[in-house]
Amino acid sequence: MKMPASGKEQTIVFLIKVSGYSTIVFVVLILFFLLRSGAAALVEVPLSNLFGTLWYPIEEYYGLLPLIAGSIIVTIAATLIAVPVGVLTAIFIAEIAPPSARNTLKPLVEVLGGVPSVVLGFLGILFYSNLVREALYLPTGLTALTGATLLALISIPPIVSISEDALDAVPRSYRDAALALGATQWQTIWRVTLPAARSGVLTASMLGIGRTIGETMVVLMVTGNAPVMPTGLGALFSPVRTMTATIAAEMGEVASGSTHYHVLFFIGIVLFLISLLINLTASAFIFRQRKRSERILS
Amino acid sequence: MKLYIALLAAVLSIQLTSCSSGANPGNSQSPSSQNQSTIVNTGSDTMVNLALAWAEQYQTKNPDVSISVSGGGSGTGIASLINGTSDLANASRKMKAEEYDQAAQNGQEPVEFIVARDAIAIIVNPSNPIDQLSLQQVSDIYSGKYNNWSELGGEDRPIVRVSRETNSGTHVYFLEQVLRMGEKGNKTLFSPDTLLLPSSQGITSEVRDNPNAIGYDGLGYVIPEVKVIAVSKGGQGPYILPSVDSVNDSLYPIARDLYIYSAGQPDADIQEYLDWIISPEGQTIVKDNGFVPISAQ
Repeated sequence: MKMPASGKEQTIVFLIKVSGYSTIVFVVLILFFLLRSGAAALVEVPLSNLFGTLWYPIEEYYGLLPLIAGSIIVTIAATLIAVPVGVLTAIFIAEIAPPSARNTLKPLVEVLGGVPSVVLGFLGILFYSNLVREALYLPTGLTALTGATLLALISIPPIVSISEDALDAVPRSYRDAALALGATQWQTIWRVTLPAARSGVLTASMLGIGRTIGETMVVLMVTGNAPVMPTGLGALFSPVRTMTATIAAEMGEVASGSTHYHVLFFIGIVLFLISLLINLTASAFIFRQRKRSERILS
Repeated sequence: MKLYIALLAAVLSIQLTSCSSGANPGNSQSPSSQNQSTIVNTGSDTMVNLALAWAEQYQTKNPDVSISVSGGGSGTGIASLINGTSDLANASRKMKAEEYDQAAQNGQEPVEFIVARDAIAIIVNPSNPIDQLSLQQVSDIYSGKYNNWSELGGEDRPIVRVSRETNSGTHVYFLEQVLRMGEKGNKTLFSPDTLLLPSSQGITSEVRDNPNAIGYDGLGYVIPEVKVIAVSKGGQGPYILPSVDSVNDSLYPIARDLYIYSAGQPDADIQEYLDWIISPEGQTIVKDNGFVPISAQ
């Protein structure tokens, strides 16, 4: 039996609709603003300069490649650390740890997630960068690796939290069935539970990567900010300058409407496109997985 | 850190100012407070602590004047002077010709006052055996010609170059007067692997902890845990350490004037403030903040 919608209910439905659509409106507005302020860079700066390898804005060298490469190096390294550690921690918490350990571990991970990044950056510049320099015999401790490990610390908590929820949502009967068939605990986790929770774990990893590429404060403080064009694996152990750090460091004092200002917004567009690409890849992947599993189940 | 405190103080002082609603240029509807006058002072981050110290002391002496100080950088200060939002602009560099042109278009004729001097110290880790360098050597280190301290008679260690970010007036001064040795048309750039750190604090802590590092910073920001290098202008010496005396005698080669610009000939209240800044009392504050007074009384 359907009740006629009261005025109160209509208001609530309306409010929910507004908040749902507002997210889309905000994204479109942000994109519009970025394009309006940044697109001029394409006209004002020759493409050979814009996609060159020298970034020195006060002499009008606007080469973005070292900045893009810097962001990519730091993000990949942080992801390679954070995803395995985060997913394994989630497996431990959800599947292996006894309830008492589980009840301490999960809140502790969430506390780690609550540490402000500027605090991590401060500890990084005072202590951790010296440790890195002395342990690896590097000329300086302000390197991509230093930034990547601290960024991994920042992105591990959301990865653990979401992966753990996904693992927790896998029905008990899946595990019971696997164990009843004679699988060991490890086989159950690796072959049954983890694949069943795959889309949640993948979402967690993508959120972690998104967090990493957009993080500013830590990289500004500990990566040295030298716009060097990376040449090989050694780049991980040398200073880098990321896109986010560049915007943060230079936006404060740039004259509004100048070429430099437009180029900084153009970096914002590039950053936006990279995040968009990551999210699209992730959702395409999740969608494909779901269709396949639906096919198998039907 | 210092800067954040200074900015906080600046924000507070702006709020106080707006409460007392004085006769600042954009706000003339204050019939009640005839004697109250407000001076808006923006500009150089290098000078913001100094400007706050001046304003604080001056306001306790003259309660009917209120001065609001904020940072943002020399360029920002000059821009707000030109568009009329501030009365005085602090600048750690001279105004550029384009900026004078813009001011002229707005019918202004900015007047320059030299209010203090600042030496830029070259600093290394205390374990580095090198005590002195020529200006040419410092330039060659930062441009990437030298990459190992042994090339300069030091230990066999890589050189790690540390600099302020490109938006800093200090960075621009260092580029023009040290890296390019003050030569027009010299297009030398910082070596791309130079670490660009966002704060003075970042520079001093890297130089303090890293035996490979070389950095530069205003004399007021130098901490005892780093070693200051003696610098000579020519190749032969004499090598001079930065100090109040060596700057005043024009012996130390990397010293600059710090300026305050006013929008035109200053009115009586502002003129009085500027006179006080140049007076022995104002210049004592300069010395307390680690800068060099303009005349050695």
